Amino acid sequence: MDAVLLSRIQFALTAGFHYIFPPLTFGLTLIILYTETVYLRTDNVLYKNLTKYLAKILALVFAMGVATGIVLEFSFGTNWSTYSRIVGDIFGAPLAAEGISAFFLESVFIGVLLFGRDRVSKKAYWAAALMVFIGSHLSGLWIIIANSWMQTPAGFEMVEGRAVLTNFYEAAINHSTIQRYLHTVVGAWMAGSLFVAGISAWYILKKRDLDYAKPLLTISLLIFIFTSFIQFGTGHYHAVQVAKTQPVKMAAFEGLWDTTAGAPLSVFGVPVAADKKTYLEIGIPKLLSIMIYADPDAVVQGLNDFPEDLHPPIFLTFTTYHIMIALGSLFALMSAIGLLLIKRKKLFETDWYLKAILFSIPLPHISNQTGWMAAEIGRQPWAIYNVLKTADAASVVVPAWQILLTIILFSIIYILLFILFIKFLVQMVRKGPKVLINEKGY
Amino acid sequence: METIEILQISWFFLIGILFAGYAVLDGFDLGIGALMPFLAGSDEKKALTLFNSIGPVWDGNKVWLVTAGGALFAAFPHAYATVFSGFYLAMMLVLFGLIFRAVSIKFYALEPERRKVWGYAFFLGSVIPSILFGVALGNVILGVPLDSGMEFRGTFLTLLRPFPLIIGLLGFTAILMQGSVYAALKSEGELQMDARSTASKLVYVYLVMFAASLIASFVFMPQNIGIIPAWICAAVTVISLILLKINIAKGEDFKSFIFSSLAFFSLWGIAGSVHFPNMVKATGGAAYDITIYNGSSGELTLSIMLGIALIGMPVVIAYSIYVYRIFKGKATAGN
Repeated sequence: MDAVLLSRIQFALTAGFHYIFPPLTFGLTLIILYTETVYLRTDNVLYKNLTKYLAKILALVFAMGVATGIVLEFSFGTNWSTYSRIVGDIFGAPLAAEGISAFFLESVFIGVLLFGRDRVSKKAYWAAALMVFIGSHLSGLWIIIANSWMQTPAGFEMVEGRAVLTNFYEAAINHSTIQRYLHTVVGAWMAGSLFVAGISAWYILKKRDLDYAKPLLTISLLIFIFTSFIQFGTGHYHAVQVAKTQPVKMAAFEGLWDTTAGAPLSVFGVPVAADKKTYLEIGIPKLLSIMIYADPDAVVQGLNDFPEDLHPPIFLTFTTYHIMIALGSLFALMSAIGLLLIKRKKLFETDWYLKAILFSIPLPHISNQTGWMAAEIGRQPWAIYNVLKTADAASVVVPAWQILLTIILFSIIYILLFILFIKFLVQMVRKGPKVLINEKGY
Repeated sequence: METIEILQISWFFLIGILFAGYAVLDGFDLGIGALMPFLAGSDEKKALTLFNSIGPVWDGNKVWLVTAGGALFAAFPHAYATVFSGFYLAMMLVLFGLIFRAVSIKFYALEPERRKVWGYAFFLGSVIPSILFGVALGNVILGVPLDSGMEFRGTFLTLLRPFPLIIGLLGFTAILMQGSVYAALKSEGELQMDARSTASKLVYVYLVMFAASLIASFVFMPQNIGIIPAWICAAVTVISLILLKINIAKGEDFKSFIFSSLAFFSLWGIAGSVHFPNMVKATGGAAYDITIYNGSSGELTLSIMLGIALIGMPVVIAYSIYVYRIFKGKATAGN
């Protein structure tokens, strides 16, 4: 088998699995910061206990994130060494900066958050919660900087086949960093908040631990409602940027083959690359042109405008993008209903809605994953857009059988870890906050 | 000297400090993992005490490795690319070890009925990387087959030559020492006595491994005999080990920890003195060596990263000390 393809599979597998955990960390640290702030201000012990409960879940999530995260930093060297040689000048810097400015902050203070409640003052504990929140979100920023540079490279020049940094600020805050960061963080908060909301809903359905579950459901659902509405804004902002900086990716998102004045926004379709056609197309007339250029007759470039060997895999890019959008719309609907129920003070009595929240826990993860797939598959055949092709980026000395072997091992280990993660999570939730907060240890 | 050279040399030192910082700090929790079966045996209370002694701080410790790796990537991408792809299977073994280590600390607490399994996973996940780090370092110092494109041209077996294996065992011994003196510092009673006596015996192993490494260096790299800074560091190692032995006997656990750390630092000093200015030495002749001069990033990257490191690392060290002080004192099996 082809070593490049195998390395791509391995990266997709390890990055995809890792990305289950950072969104949960983002959401949990945000909610913990809230509960701890309330405790600091009001001295209400309930909120102190809520922090304690959430911190126990965070400990498990964080351990999983750490275990699977370091694999990714190594993988640029192990599997993508040509890439590392060519762009190390620029791509390595955010990874190093992430360690120094963010990951240390998060990892050192999480020790205080998990073990230090009785050893520091209330204010110092609150500050630790803040540091963990800042550390994790800053860590995300550096990673997004690195990824965005792959999408919209800037602030460099090619010298003897290597990218050399010419402007740090332009490379870091390139054309897609801010858009991508906002969209990613909001997506992460959605996954994290619905996770907490779903767990709280389960307690309410079971009519237990209500004193904990009710405030937790309210705050987490409010975060979910707020984020799922503003995600339309960040998504739109990001999509406009993609259309302008990576037009071929936008054409693939939309399954748009011919360059069109007054292009429709695709709602459904089955694009077939061999026929250069999108079947069963349903679109809203002129909306794509309006959304990108605020002009119903603006021209949007189609795939046929670009050489075929520079097309990303159309079907995958189109489908993952549409799954993300469909889920995003579902979240908005759920949020609108939730808002109505909160307003009418019927949230805690509406069993079907609580069940819906509970069973929706995996959905924001699916939209996060498909969103990333659309972004990364849509960039193909490039590793660095218009600079370096993925096919030319892999390690040259690693034989295919070794990568196949490690894919098999990663798969086995990650399946095992995932089963255990779910098992322990369910165990903790079943025990409930009252039992959990009185247990020794973390 | 040109600016870029000053930057390249600075980064050689900085990356050395980051790796040495990782060795000393994560060294003690790796060491605890490797010593777990011997210090705790089947006594869960002792095992929990040991886990709790590292629980609040190990997360921060391992970031030294993540940062060192990132800094190596940023400052010397060729060295990072060559070593990580060339030592593919060894690196993957390290990763699998680190994965199991990270989760088994958590799972040990969460799954009392399977503590044997997670204790064993923690042990293996600690031992394998502890040995392989030294083996990898021994290889880049001794030299590996590189082609004109800086690509590794050996096999997995190339890595298992006598010199790297000896360095691997020396590093492992130093890590075990870190673990045992830290265990003594954080525990009481029987566990503390056992940790001290383990440390006391380990001093002899340490000296033997250190002598073996010196002899192996003379045999395999006679050209390095005249490097003065290496001899100074070697003297520091020996003196530290002697002071370590004295302090273990006196039950001065904190001082023992300091001297054990100092011995480990000076080992890195020797490695750095011998290795400079190479990043990855080539067996095929100096023309193939990856050095700090032909393997580095550009001037702008090196200088911006230096700024970030010089501002950031003192801050990191300051709050790390603050957090270590919060968790000062003995660990117990309870919390």
